[in-house]
Amino acid sequence: MRFLELEGLKKTPLYDCHVKYGGRVVDFGGWALSVQFKGILEEHKAVRQRAGLFDVSHMGEVRVEGKGALPFLQKLVSNNPSKLQKHQIQYAHMLYPNGGVVDDLLVYRLGDEEFLIVINASNTVKDVAWMREVAARFADVKLYDLSAATAELALQGPLALQILQRLTKTDLKPIKYYWCLPGVKFGRATCLISRTGYTGEDGFEVFCTPEDGPALWDAIMDAGESDGLQPIGLGARDSLRFEACMPLYGQELDDKTTPLEAGLGKYVDLDKPDFIGREPLLEQARKGLPKKLAGFEMVDRGIARSHFRVLREGNEIGYVTTGMFSPTLGKNIGLAYVPPALAAVGNVFDVEVRGKPLQARIVPTPFYRRPRR
Amino acid sequence: MACPQDLLFTRDHEWIRIQPDGTARAGICDFAQEHLGDIVFVELPAVGKAFKQKDVFAVVESVKAASDCYCPAGGTVKEVNARLVDEPATINKDPYGEGWMMVISVASREDLRQLMKPEEYDKYVAEGGGH
Repeated sequence: MRFLELEGLKKTPLYDCHVKYGGRVVDFGGWALSVQFKGILEEHKAVRQRAGLFDVSHMGEVRVEGKGALPFLQKLVSNNPSKLQKHQIQYAHMLYPNGGVVDDLLVYRLGDEEFLIVINASNTVKDVAWMREVAARFADVKLYDLSAATAELALQGPLALQILQRLTKTDLKPIKYYWCLPGVKFGRATCLISRTGYTGEDGFEVFCTPEDGPALWDAIMDAGESDGLQPIGLGARDSLRFEACMPLYGQELDDKTTPLEAGLGKYVDLDKPDFIGREPLLEQARKGLPKKLAGFEMVDRGIARSHFRVLREGNEIGYVTTGMFSPTLGKNIGLAYVPPALAAVGNVFDVEVRGKPLQARIVPTPFYRRPRR
Repeated sequence: MACPQDLLFTRDHEWIRIQPDGTARAGICDFAQEHLGDIVFVELPAVGKAFKQKDVFAVVESVKAASDCYCPAGGTVKEVNARLVDEPATINKDPYGEGWMMVISVASREDLRQLMKPEEYDKYVAEGGGH
């Protein structure tokens, strides 16, 4: 067997927690993060059945303030943050003028003129530069890149609420899905928390100072011990988000793909009169999409992986964005871009795996939806 | 824990056990399965296929990635472990026993001389196993 190795990486404020809990640390885009602790399948199951704790401090955070904050954000993203009430959150995209995606992100409304934008770790530098460039056209907008001054933990799973509640006097139950609450005290730490996540389960994301991060991690792990709470690595983070069909930038989304092609049209407000990338998206809405994201199941024995070619009668018609063994479903599944005419549920195509065409069948998505309790 | 004393080893963490009838059983080592994590799929060769030493004879897939397995000694495949089709995690649980991958007829004893003996392999692993 041959394996990869690593050197000279950025550490999150929670690095020592990874080491203490026995994480297998790898190079994740220049960050030293755990790909797994006990094992990907076990961690995946823990989050679906009980709860898991993630260090997501590598994510980027940008505060946007001022009278010009909302006009700026309206130009910047293809969703409509003017619809957000105070403490409400929206999933959105920043687009290039050609309609391709700069990044997908969450917009948190903290006040009339105060927003927090949470962006992908892999795109933080690019995103901040892009945001500053667009903001330069607007008066009265201040941008603060808080990424280096923020630690973030995610507690996800059906037992997340009861575990987190043990650590604060603030009643967490009223915080609805895609809403947040700032100023929540957990011991010595004062945190912004949101009912959001990247797993398809209920849960919270908790933002705190780097100094407070490690103690908060330990406190949550202790509070969740009797519930079987486990630390979760990046491997399971990927398998969890994938089963729930949550997109990953670099796979389902990139600068050559629009949110409409990715099936994310409900997060695009084409009625909004002006935003970067609006024209190409209107064109797609009028004329049809060049490609469409479809979920599939392998029929032949094998696993489809990112960037594998999708074929029909030997001709390349598309590519796999993400594919793997699904721990919850117990089968090999994937997502692929194909021509819309060939994207109907039940259609078959071949995925080229190590030079061999293996048959796959299009199935409905999402692959997994959490049970309504 | 020391590796099994009746095996020979490659630098890429495959093992081979010479059987009394002259055929050899092969698989991947504990070091390899530990590093791979949960194995979810194994692609085994067809019976009758011939490999040279270091040819890719199988692919083992974890949740995250596919990894090639290199043939420890040239030969022809006599048998493959069908259990790994439905229970690929057997390799994780028992890499040197029930997790065996193939049985081959060894074409050249010279190939075996290239391999590490147990004490050599233990030392190799202790020093990082090639990393």
